[in-house]
Amino acid sequence: MTAAPGLLPSEFADLERFAEPWCLATEGERWAQRHASSIEEMREFYEAMFPRVDAALVYCDGFSLDDLPDDARNLMYLVFSFVMVSFPVEVWNAPRIPDVGDANLERVASPFI
Amino acid sequence: MARFPKPAEGSWTEHYPELGTGLVSYADSIAPEFFELEREAIFKRAWLHVGRVEQLPRNGSYFTREIAVARTSVVIVRDGDEIRAFHNICRHRGNKLVWQDFPREETSGTARQFTCKYHGWRYGLDGACAFVQQEGEFFDLDKADYGLVPVHCDVWAGFIFVNLDHNSDPANRQPLREFLGPMITAIEDFPFDQLTARYGFRAEVPANWKVFMDALQEQYHAPIVHRSQRPESFDAHAAGFEAPHYQIDGPHRMFNSPGIRPWELPEDQIKASEQLLRGGLFGPWDPPDFYEATQIAGMRPGGHERVGVALFEIWPSFGIQLWERGWYHTYQHWPTSYDTHIFECNQYFAPARNAHELAAQEMTAVSFKEFALQDDNLIASVQLTMGSGGLTEFPLCDQEVLCRHLHKTAQEWVSVYQAS
Repeated sequence: MTAAPGLLPSEFADLERFAEPWCLATEGERWAQRHASSIEEMREFYEAMFPRVDAALVYCDGFSLDDLPDDARNLMYLVFSFVMVSFPVEVWNAPRIPDVGDANLERVASPFI
Repeated sequence: MARFPKPAEGSWTEHYPELGTGLVSYADSIAPEFFELEREAIFKRAWLHVGRVEQLPRNGSYFTREIAVARTSVVIVRDGDEIRAFHNICRHRGNKLVWQDFPREETSGTARQFTCKYHGWRYGLDGACAFVQQEGEFFDLDKADYGLVPVHCDVWAGFIFVNLDHNSDPANRQPLREFLGPMITAIEDFPFDQLTARYGFRAEVPANWKVFMDALQEQYHAPIVHRSQRPESFDAHAAGFEAPHYQIDGPHRMFNSPGIRPWELPEDQIKASEQLLRGGLFGPWDPPDFYEATQIAGMRPGGHERVGVALFEIWPSFGIQLWERGWYHTYQHWPTSYDTHIFECNQYFAPARNAHELAAQEMTAVSFKEFALQDDNLIASVQLTMGSGGLTEFPLCDQEVLCRHLHKTAQEWVSVYQAS
């Protein structure tokens, strides 16, 4: 009896609980999710990801970036979310950048989605 | 004691005696009347950067630019080997020619010809009027007289520029390369055409275009504004900032920053995720294969061997920043009123060949936004109070020499225009 497939490759099943909130294709979505999360939630995600990021990138290195299977693509999105939460966790100890008010800077182009 | 040698005159500011050392007037950034003059004096006279040739990969590729400060929309199109620009307006009754769904928004695509949505007039990629609906209903209409209004357009180092000056005799109009001058053209061999992976950013900023430019062309603020992004061991006030080199050439200016080499720092002085992903504000740690080609002399006009970045501000409001590790970014400020503008920034890397390289670039792009938002909001606060209580003149130090030059140049161009 096989388990229902998750969003991530099976060897990253240990991260599957983070897939639904954090496998987000665009920077805009990841920015919104960061600001909708508590610092505790982001720290838990960050600490689970940190020891697995290199393995995730090694796994995705096995494919051409133009031709990633969906589960590997989701894994890249998870790494991108790790990047997004790295600032709240490592620098600000909060979801928001201090002294930013309502300023915004929209990312309008990325070479990989 | 100064960290880097200053010019013989004792300061960068005094090296350019025409700048003076007195208080600098910022009346040019708070008065709607001055902004109305800037529209004509600056933005309809200078060459304006609008995009890169990679945005026009094939015959019929086009993009539009909304140039609010000049109250016009321009369509830029590839017609075979030529890159052409036109006012984005139908010759019949002035309808906007090229747009998709939302007429205020910029658009891009590929076309064999342009068709007006109102009465179906059509234009070729060369701007010629190719078709008039029910032509016989018109009175003495010769299609040859109704081509799209051309906008002077030229390309330098793959950057597309337009010039909206219709008033001066074309024979007197300054060619693009001459406008740019030797300090800027000295960077044209930088491999821009190999750094094609673009991360683009856009913001609507509640500040005069020059007020934000000031923040980007001095690093005197960096140890203070961005202090919480530096390792705790770093003493912001003691460090201060000095640039090894500033240079001015006509209306353009540049500076080198010594930069930081995170890959050389001890681990406790770098963000853990930067160490892990080998990328951060200063870019991906690993340079591209063609790294040697990025080390052009033009990025070190002062001859300093160690240079973190070289920021070239091309008048009026287009910046190209070359990074030591072999990538670059651009800034542009499009004024929309005396106290608002659109800020565009692009980061350009060699296309990522694998997931590790892509992750390093993502770290760079995210880091940029974390820093830029701190500047962005601070600039809003500067604009709010500037000019209140009649305070419009300010002391600028030697590390703020490029700010002094920007405001002086804006005031000069407006004065020249008023005198003409």
